[in-house]
Amino acid sequence: MSSETTDNGLSDGEFSVAKPKQNNILGDKIFRFALTVCAAIILLIVLAMIAVMAQSSWLSLKEFGFGFLVGQVWDPVKGEFGALPFIYGTMVSAILALLIATPISIGVAVFLVEQAPKSLARPMAFLVELLAAIPSVVYGLWAIFVLAPILRVYVQPFLQKTLGFLPFFQGTATGIGMLTGGIILAIMITPIITAVVRDILEAVPVTQREASLALGATKWETTKIVLANASSGIAGAIVLGLGRAIGETMAITMIIGNRPQISASLFDPAYTIASVIANEFTEATGDLYLSALVEMGLILFLVTFIVNGLAKLLILSVARRTA
Amino acid sequence: MSKISVSNLNFFYGKAQALHDISLDIPEREVIAFVGPSGCGKSTFLRTLNRMNDTIPSARVEGQVLIDGKNIYEANTDVASLRRKVGMVFQKSNPFPKSIFENVAYGVRINGIHKDKADLNVRVEKALHDAALLDEVKDRMNTSAFGLSGGQQQRLCIARALAVQPEVILMDEPASALDPIATQKIEELVVELKKQYTIVIVTHNMQQAARVSDRTAFFMLGKLVEVNPTQKMFTNPDEKLTEDYVTGRFG
Repeated sequence: MSSETTDNGLSDGEFSVAKPKQNNILGDKIFRFALTVCAAIILLIVLAMIAVMAQSSWLSLKEFGFGFLVGQVWDPVKGEFGALPFIYGTMVSAILALLIATPISIGVAVFLVEQAPKSLARPMAFLVELLAAIPSVVYGLWAIFVLAPILRVYVQPFLQKTLGFLPFFQGTATGIGMLTGGIILAIMITPIITAVVRDILEAVPVTQREASLALGATKWETTKIVLANASSGIAGAIVLGLGRAIGETMAITMIIGNRPQISASLFDPAYTIASVIANEFTEATGDLYLSALVEMGLILFLVTFIVNGLAKLLILSVARRTA
Repeated sequence: MSKISVSNLNFFYGKAQALHDISLDIPEREVIAFVGPSGCGKSTFLRTLNRMNDTIPSARVEGQVLIDGKNIYEANTDVASLRRKVGMVFQKSNPFPKSIFENVAYGVRINGIHKDKADLNVRVEKALHDAALLDEVKDRMNTSAFGLSGGQQQRLCIARALAVQPEVILMDEPASALDPIATQKIEELVVELKKQYTIVIVTHNMQQAARVSDRTAFFMLGKLVEVNPTQKMFTNPDEKLTEDYVTGRFG
């Protein structure tokens, strides 16, 4: 091999381009390092949170062990703490919220992207995003003064009359409880799901719609094709909404009734993990009480973690089926 | 009678006029190629033939487009059945996020063309066969269409268009995103399909127009400059402008 064809056989002066190239490589290294640090910070924050929460709830973890998760009694006076009613309240209110919010959100998003004229779609999309910016406590007040009376006087008696044979709609219609909590959560997560689904639908290539229309499809059939394109993104949007619903604190605390019980009836008051932490943290006297509340936080963290993990798997499987 | 008869067609995007007073007759089972520089209106004109421009809110059409003697811009036109009759293949292949089978079956299903499941299978296979794709996909009909190569995807889109039994096929630069071998397959297919269908093909590729078409129409600045048998267009066109374009002097 002649020296001309080997890289290291060249003198510095021969190719001035060699130098900046090496600088670039150094730059790339710094760039890569900086990005790695950013990624590591996220991981560290997560680990640090788990560590601190585990440490602060150590007393409770040691005292109740696994029994904390299935315990149904929450009695600070006797020093007895069980998380099950709160886990139940959190999950049921969040799922209720999703059941109500998902079809509405997808409907609104489809309307905005596929049907509404531009002159209407823009202000409406803005309005939807504005809804997401309203403080949670305002939703709570509205729920107490507007939503709860309406439910108590009209909706709950109606449900009782028509679907009263189901255990979900029995008991006293007070307007305060799981159903109202679920509805207010639904109203709060609808703007988020709508906004994300709208973005996803807008990202579906026009060529997909044209392909469908060109085969003689109607608007409805074409919309189904668009939704098929967006399915994994929509699943992601729903998960985002679920995460919000699980973690939402203020509004639901004001309306769900705050009674730690597991009742099949949606009319009965309930309690969520986030609510109990917010309500009782300042008045938690005694180390065990405080420790039990922190363990609630740990559980909320894990529940969110598991729900998001499962949802990611769901999205992946949907994506694999369609792509 | 011509399959397609366009007279005095003007087309506007809002206030901007994209097509000026176009008149053109296309007989049955002819392949006609539309050529011209980018933005000359050839794609716009193509899309007026199946009312695909309806999806653009500001679009406006004046004049007449007769297909089998019926004006497709009459108020009572059933646009869905018009588009079933006048199929379309797009520049970029656009299969649905479904299996190969379901992609071809889609148009048959929504139009309710098939009698039963067996009939649907027959129709899907025939369309794939006519699009010269059956041999390559028959063992993986239920796998995702996105697993196919670019050229295969485009032939799948042609199969999808054929499955609803159109009479006219509009092709908007169907091979512009494909490599030479895949392009050749599409061109052979066009020549084959001509036996049954009336084909309008927009192309940027002069050789392609010369290879596949019976007649060629040259568009510029929204006007139809010249339409003549392809042979004549490339050897002895009537207009100086056409000659300059096809010989590559501009465009």
